[in-house]
Amino acid sequence: MWNTLSRMWRTGLLTEPLPVLQPSLDAPSPELDNLQSQLLAVLGRALCIRHVDAGSCNGCELEIQALHNPYYNLEGAGVQFVASPRRADLLLVTGPVSVNMEEALRRTYDAMPAPKLVIAIGDCGACGGIFGASYASRGSVANILPVNTTVTDCPPTPTAILRGILETVRPTLAKG
Amino acid sequence: MKLPEFLECQRLPVPTNLSATRVCADREQWLQLAAWLRESGAQLLTLWGADDRDRDGRFRICAAYLLTEGVLLVEHAMKTTEATASALYPSLAAIFPVAKRMQRAIYDLLGIAAEEADGSEADRRGWLRHGGWPETFFPLRRDADGSQQHPNVSTPYPFVTVEGSGVHEIAVGPVHAGTIEPGHFRFSVVGEKMLRLEARLGYTHKGVAKLFEKMPQSEGHRLAARISGDSAVAFSWAYCTALESLTATICPPRATLLRALALEHERLANHLGDLGALGNDAGFAFGLTHFSRLKEDLLRSNAIAFGARYLLDYVVTGGVAVDLPAQGPALLLNLYSELEQSVANLRSIYDEHAGLQDRFRGTGRLQHPIAEKLGALGLVARASGIACDLRVDHPWPPYDWVATKCITQSTGDVAARVQVRFDEIDESLHLCRAFLQHLPAGPFHAPVSAAAPYRLGLGVIESWRGPVLIALETGPDGAIRRCHAHDPSWQNWPLIEFAVIGDIVPDFPLINKSFNLSYSGQDG
Repeated sequence: MWNTLSRMWRTGLLTEPLPVLQPSLDAPSPELDNLQSQLLAVLGRALCIRHVDAGSCNGCELEIQALHNPYYNLEGAGVQFVASPRRADLLLVTGPVSVNMEEALRRTYDAMPAPKLVIAIGDCGACGGIFGASYASRGSVANILPVNTTVTDCPPTPTAILRGILETVRPTLAKG
Repeated sequence: MKLPEFLECQRLPVPTNLSATRVCADREQWLQLAAWLRESGAQLLTLWGADDRDRDGRFRICAAYLLTEGVLLVEHAMKTTEATASALYPSLAAIFPVAKRMQRAIYDLLGIAAEEADGSEADRRGWLRHGGWPETFFPLRRDADGSQQHPNVSTPYPFVTVEGSGVHEIAVGPVHAGTIEPGHFRFSVVGEKMLRLEARLGYTHKGVAKLFEKMPQSEGHRLAARISGDSAVAFSWAYCTALESLTATICPPRATLLRALALEHERLANHLGDLGALGNDAGFAFGLTHFSRLKEDLLRSNAIAFGARYLLDYVVTGGVAVDLPAQGPALLLNLYSELEQSVANLRSIYDEHAGLQDRFRGTGRLQHPIAEKLGALGLVARASGIACDLRVDHPWPPYDWVATKCITQSTGDVAARVQVRFDEIDESLHLCRAFLQHLPAGPFHAPVSAAAPYRLGLGVIESWRGPVLIALETGPDGAIRRCHAHDPSWQNWPLIEFAVIGDIVPDFPLINKSFNLSYSGQDG
């Protein structure tokens, strides 16, 4: 126990500030320190995300998982990953949509309460990537679901994913 | 390589990073040889089929076996019957049970079916085909255009049912509760106790094998790296070494060492991530926080030293994509010291945590005889007392001049798989230091020409999960005629079904994580 506590003490706080968005009409203030209070004001609770791997190579999953490490500390910003689509505001989809996952992806989306947001993560989610569309793949997520934002790269960094989430939520919050 | 006398055929050497021989077998020899190999302790690494009807009117089935002397490729050519344009070959499932799912996958892709020797009904349930393309469409046939889309027709999948008083089923997936890959698990339980587990995979099938055939040889490594994103270095290295062996390209020594460094970093990243997740799955969130922090430190160092956090485009044909920058060695040595100290500290915390050890020990036990009988590979095999590691048994450059320790544990439970990971982190750090110390100056890339057509090359690399294999057959003008990729998850997925028996349902996530198998690598 002493060992555990001592390690916590010696490690200290590692969390870095959230990435700053480019100022735009939708997001008038680049300051995001108060994101949590904004989320609470508009949604009345934390932003809840459901992730679906629709056929990814697992690269994007690793970077999404990294959002939970103490450097990015996504939960500390009021964003939570939830187990059920019925509790989710936002759907994070990775991979080209494989034909074998098409139905499961649609069902997950249908199970979410409206209004719902969708982000396609990675080059595959955004445009089909190296896999494209074939007998086994439907290509990009947008071929199956309405997509709000795409985050490209292979795989995108946690910062890019975080920025993508913020960019998607910001306009919704601004409209309030 | 010593082979039985009944095999009177030509033995062809195969261009590869280990030693490999290729032989042809007729229908009888196909089975005889498999039985002989089983006797002599060989393992079935992989099985794949090819449509060569355009060349000699035959389908081929190929098996790669791992022997103490190297890899043996056995090839069996079969004629098609005019009426159905399908072909049959003798099933290996009775000799090597691991062949079962691979044979089902081969049927889904190629329409050649395995025939049981005793005339019993083979398992004809689709493995990769879930109804996303018609039953009469076989994507890997030469006359099939893989780019065509077909409507999804949902087909029922009969799971094996368990009957008895109080037995019920729990269906999980393909979408799981966390940020993980998709697959379906069907548990037959009594109360909390798992009586049987049956997995159904194939959800992430993206048609990798067909895609390879549309790519030039010079591009294939990019697709290989994306077969399973967590084993990108291993797969791309396996692909590159197959192509380099075929073209007699000598990869510069600096590039070879950098590839090995990247491979060990991939092992470190995955082991660190898994150790954190295992702590978390046993209710010790502290472990996840600290290990995920260390993993992030490693990934950030990767970004500086190798140009990317995940090394999907680092290994390229002929070498590596970018050279190690001048500040690289100092930065990495610093990282290694930090990791070594922190991991040792966290290991003592894990070891002394009674609650954690209570969940780890005795859970998800994969007994040595079952692991051996079913052909376990890689980390999972080593945790069940099977000493197998290609880096030790068949060292390829640069592992041929460093002394690598094969890490084993005997208990085969979650605790054993945790200990193997801890020990392998130490061993990897030791290897990384050795590679850095001996890193020669010189080029990091050599040009690769197009390989001669209709030749077969092989690349086998020990990934963090176990051996990955790429079998590359060339076509004319720098094209890929057929490329088969194999992930060790094929061998280890069926083993989870044995490891969970008698444990309780809430332990399944922990057991599954301790195996941490690839869905995408298996599905292809």
